[in-house]
Amino acid sequence: MEQKLLTKHIPGMDPMNVQAYLDVEGYQSFLKALKTRPLDIIGDIEQSKLRGRGGAAFPVHMKMMSMAKQKETTRYIICNADEGEPGNFKDRYLMENNPHQLLEGMLIAAYATRANKGYIYIRGEFDTPIKIMQEAIKQAKAHGMLGTNIQGSGFDFDLEIRSGAGSYVCGEEFALIESIEGKSGRTRVKPPFPTDVGLFGKPTLINNVETFSNLPWILSMGGETFASIGTESSTGTKLVSVSGNVKHPGVYEVPFGVPIRDVIDTLGGGTQNAQKIGMVQLSGASGPIIPEYMLDLTIDFDRFEDFDSKTGAGAIIVMDDQKDMFDILKRISDFFDHESCGKCTPCREGNVHMSKLLNKFLQSDATEKDLMNLESLSRVMHQTSLCGLGQSAPTAVLSTLKYFRDTYFDRIEHPQEGGRA
Amino acid sequence: MLESILTKYPKDQDMLIEILLDVQNQKTDQYLSEAEIEQIASYLSLPTAHVSSAVSFYTFFSTQPRGKHVIQVCKDVPCYLNDSDNLVDTIQKQLGIGMHETTEDGMFTLEPTSCLGICDGAPAMRIGEHTYTKLNKDRVTALLAEYRGKR
Repeated sequence: MEQKLLTKHIPGMDPMNVQAYLDVEGYQSFLKALKTRPLDIIGDIEQSKLRGRGGAAFPVHMKMMSMAKQKETTRYIICNADEGEPGNFKDRYLMENNPHQLLEGMLIAAYATRANKGYIYIRGEFDTPIKIMQEAIKQAKAHGMLGTNIQGSGFDFDLEIRSGAGSYVCGEEFALIESIEGKSGRTRVKPPFPTDVGLFGKPTLINNVETFSNLPWILSMGGETFASIGTESSTGTKLVSVSGNVKHPGVYEVPFGVPIRDVIDTLGGGTQNAQKIGMVQLSGASGPIIPEYMLDLTIDFDRFEDFDSKTGAGAIIVMDDQKDMFDILKRISDFFDHESCGKCTPCREGNVHMSKLLNKFLQSDATEKDLMNLESLSRVMHQTSLCGLGQSAPTAVLSTLKYFRDTYFDRIEHPQEGGRA
Repeated sequence: MLESILTKYPKDQDMLIEILLDVQNQKTDQYLSEAEIEQIASYLSLPTAHVSSAVSFYTFFSTQPRGKHVIQVCKDVPCYLNDSDNLVDTIQKQLGIGMHETTEDGMFTLEPTSCLGICDGAPAMRIGEHTYTKLNKDRVTALLAEYRGKR
C-alpha cells in the first residue's frame, strides 16, 4: 500500500552527511534545473498537478507563476516548517531524515521563480530539526549548492533558518511573514497575496516542507509521470501522520486514493487493545471528526471538500470507543482559544465562548439552547474569521454536529460524567 | 551579558525573535526582565511597546522568573489519548506545584504546551530543549530525579 518517493531513501541514510544524499542522485534535479529555462520548470510542475501539502492544497505552479511574473527583482522563498497542527509530524520526519531533499526542492523553486534569498521558518519546539537543517545548509554551502554563482550558473541563493517561539498561528502564511519580520504573528488581510506583497513587502513564495520536497522528484521523473501517481485531482503521494489509539503510530507515505481504513488497519496496525474505533479526526485539530462507518473514504483533496476542509496536512488521529467526545472537543477548543492571535473578533471571542459551551456539555449542564448557540457560533466563526485558524477552529464541532448529533442530545437528556479536559 | 549577546546580531528589526530567544535561553531564571526588554528595543531602535507586544504574544517568552528547567507537557488530543498515567497530575504531585508554578528551589517550572509535533511518541513533554516521548509515571519520576541530580 505504501509508495515511497519522499521517504524512499530515508532508511539507512545519514541526514548529517550530504554525501549520503549525493549518493542517491541527490541534487541532480537541481543541477538539471540550472540548465532548464525557469518557465519550463514551472510548466513541468504544472503538468505534475502538484498541490500544496500544508493544508490548503493550492496548485503549486500557480503560486510559482504569479511570483515569476512580478516586476520587482527582490523576491523571497519561504519554507513553512512551523508544523504545529496537533496530530501532524511528517515535516519533522522529513527534516530530521532527509534535510537535503528539502533544500534541493527550495533551490529548484528559487531558481524557477528567480528568488535569491530564502528562509526556513521552523517552530521553536523542533530543537532537533533546527540543528539538522543548520548542518545541512552548512554542508550544502561547502558543496557549492548554496551561495553566489552556484555551479557557475550565475544563480545566487542564500538560505537562513528562523525559529518560531511557540505560536501555532505562525503556520498561517502572513502570520509567519510577520513573525520573520520580528513582530507578533498576526495575519494580514488578503489580497494582496504573498506572491505580490509578502516578506518585507516583496514578492514571496511560501510552501510547506513536504511540498518543496516533492519538486526534485517531479523534475527527475517528469511532470507527466508524477501525475500518473495518485488520483485525477490529487497527484503524487501523501505523507500521513497516524496517531492516537493505534498500535503503530508513525509517518507513512501512500499514493493519494488509498482508503483511510486501510491506512489505520494495515499501516497503523489497528487499535491498541482491539477496541472498536469510536471517532477519527482527519487533518489535525482543525479537521473533521468522522465515525467509523465513514473510514472507507479515500485520501483525496476533492473528497475532503465535503467537510469544507482539504486533507489538511494529512493527519489521522484514531480514538477508540472509550473516549468521551466532549472531552476531546473541549481540548480542541482550548487549543484554538490559546492559539488565536486575537486580531479578528469571530476567532478571538468565538473560541472563548465555544470552549465555555463545550464545557457545559462536558459537565452535563447543557440545554438545547446551548446546542443551538454552539451551532450558530460555529457557523459564524467558520464564515467570518480572517484566516484559516478561525475558519477551521469550529470544524470539529460542525462535523460532530453532523455525524454525532445524537451524542449531543444524549448528553443533554442523560447527564453523565465526562472526561478530565 | 546582554551586551555581548546583542552585538552578535545585526541591528535589524527582523532579528527580534531570534534575539529574545537567545537572551532568555541563556538565563538561569528563563525570563525577560523589563530592563532587558528596554535594552533590546533600544538596540534595534524599536519602541519598547513593540518588543513587549512580541514578548507577550509568543508562548516561549516569560516576563516572570521561572525555574532553571521549564517542563512543558503537551495537552493536545494525540498525547491525551495515550496518557493513561496522567502526566500533569504525576508531575504536580511529585514537585508539589501547580500549572505555571515554580518549585521553591527554583529548579522546575511546569507549563502546558500545545502539540509538540511528536505524536508518534505520545505522550510527550519537553524539558528545556530536550523532548521526551512515550512517557509513563515511572519514566517521568526517573527523569525528574535525573534533572534534580544535575544541579
